[in-house]
Amino acid sequence: MEIPGTGTSALEAARLTLARDIRLAFRKRGQLVQPLAFFAIVTTLFPLGISPELSRLRDVAPGVLWVAALLSSLLALEFLFRDDAQDGTLEQHVLSGQSLTWLLFAKTVAHWLLTGLPLAVMAPLAALSLGVPVASVGGIVASVAIGSVALSLIGSVGAALTLGVKRSGALLSLLTLPLSMPVLIFGARATELAIKGEGFAAPLYLLGALAVLGITLAPLAAAAAVRISLE
Amino acid sequence: MLTLRVDTLTYGAKPLNLRDSRAIVQPLFADPMPERRLQAENLHLWRGDRHVLKGVRFAVNAGECLQITGGNGAGKTSLLRTLSGIMYPEEGTITWCGANIRRDIQAFHSDLAYIGHEPPLKPDLTAQENLRYWVGVRRRLEEAEIDHELTRLGCDQWRTRPIRTLSAGQKRRVALAGLLLMAAPLWLLDEPTTNLDTAGQRLVGTLIEEHLAKGGLAVAAIHHELEVSSAVIRRLELSSK
Repeated sequence: MEIPGTGTSALEAARLTLARDIRLAFRKRGQLVQPLAFFAIVTTLFPLGISPELSRLRDVAPGVLWVAALLSSLLALEFLFRDDAQDGTLEQHVLSGQSLTWLLFAKTVAHWLLTGLPLAVMAPLAALSLGVPVASVGGIVASVAIGSVALSLIGSVGAALTLGVKRSGALLSLLTLPLSMPVLIFGARATELAIKGEGFAAPLYLLGALAVLGITLAPLAAAAAVRISLE
Repeated sequence: MLTLRVDTLTYGAKPLNLRDSRAIVQPLFADPMPERRLQAENLHLWRGDRHVLKGVRFAVNAGECLQITGGNGAGKTSLLRTLSGIMYPEEGTITWCGANIRRDIQAFHSDLAYIGHEPPLKPDLTAQENLRYWVGVRRRLEEAEIDHELTRLGCDQWRTRPIRTLSAGQKRRVALAGLLLMAAPLWLLDEPTTNLDTAGQRLVGTLIEEHLAKGGLAVAAIHHELEVSSAVIRRLELSSK
């Protein structure tokens, strides 16, 4: 069979998907800003609820930052595949002759670029407002950046599994939050060590390992889940 | 309970018409007389406790259109989704060019263009941007190709408008432009004339005839009669009894 022009490679198809998702996100800025606003509000509310005393805030800062980052990431996950499922785009992905795994991986990368990366950029500001030393900023950015990769990948599996479920938000949380516990533990530990001025390489490596494991397995699992949801 | 009736009365009377038209129409595919054939054998599909497809069997060859008719809930969409490989039948096989579609599903999908009830268009992207992505994922295409098909489908006035500002009929025309741009030999169309005016419905008939004349195949689930020459039409009626 001859198709006019040449077939698109898997990488090119993934690049197109990434570019399209980023373009769509910038046209729907509400969805883009929502997780970041949530992160800012949650980290701002803690000092009001606990104490304005910086020494106390510094102690709880790792937990506050990571719980806020985890919930913010979760907030955006609901939209990861939902719109595409509703308008038939996911169906077209399956029928495109391209690897669904690559296409969904590209969508997850777009989700991280639009949610995880901005959170990593915002985290130092939130951390400084909680009284952490400036020297710890590098460690906080690194841990949130790497940890959010793992969170996006874990979330993509949950989002794919709950595609066919109406009002899937609660179920998505139930599926995703337990799987995200290791990321929360190692991320908070890396942040704590960075705040104390100690070496934080070990938990950061573990976060990296989780991210690599996610990159290896999550797109495959998400693709299988999407196929099941569409059937 | 569902029963199936296959009506081939209007099929095969004048296959020469098709071959004659091939001689004057530029072939779309490399081989103008390919051995393309979509065949379904004894398809059974259950959705929960509903036996949706009961032993469906048919064969469509290059240059033929299978029109699937039937009332609401008769299983037209389920049959199309099964033929596309999205749904798995409990029993039966689907073959494309003699090979089971499950043997190399990605290759089968490369030969397939499917349009469901709703056109897969993003409301916040323009018609051009939508097609650039939707078709671009399958094959590399030039901007001029998109403009050409949009103009041909009468969409040139709104090619740069966001899809959310278009009427349902205009969206359908954009989706049909995508169908042409995909340049796939096998079309699976679910209610392709929905939301189209009379001229649009005629246009769908013309597009299908051109596609068949170029050696393509079409399977269309439709309520109304397609405006396609009866010589190339086969009919399959699904009824829920």
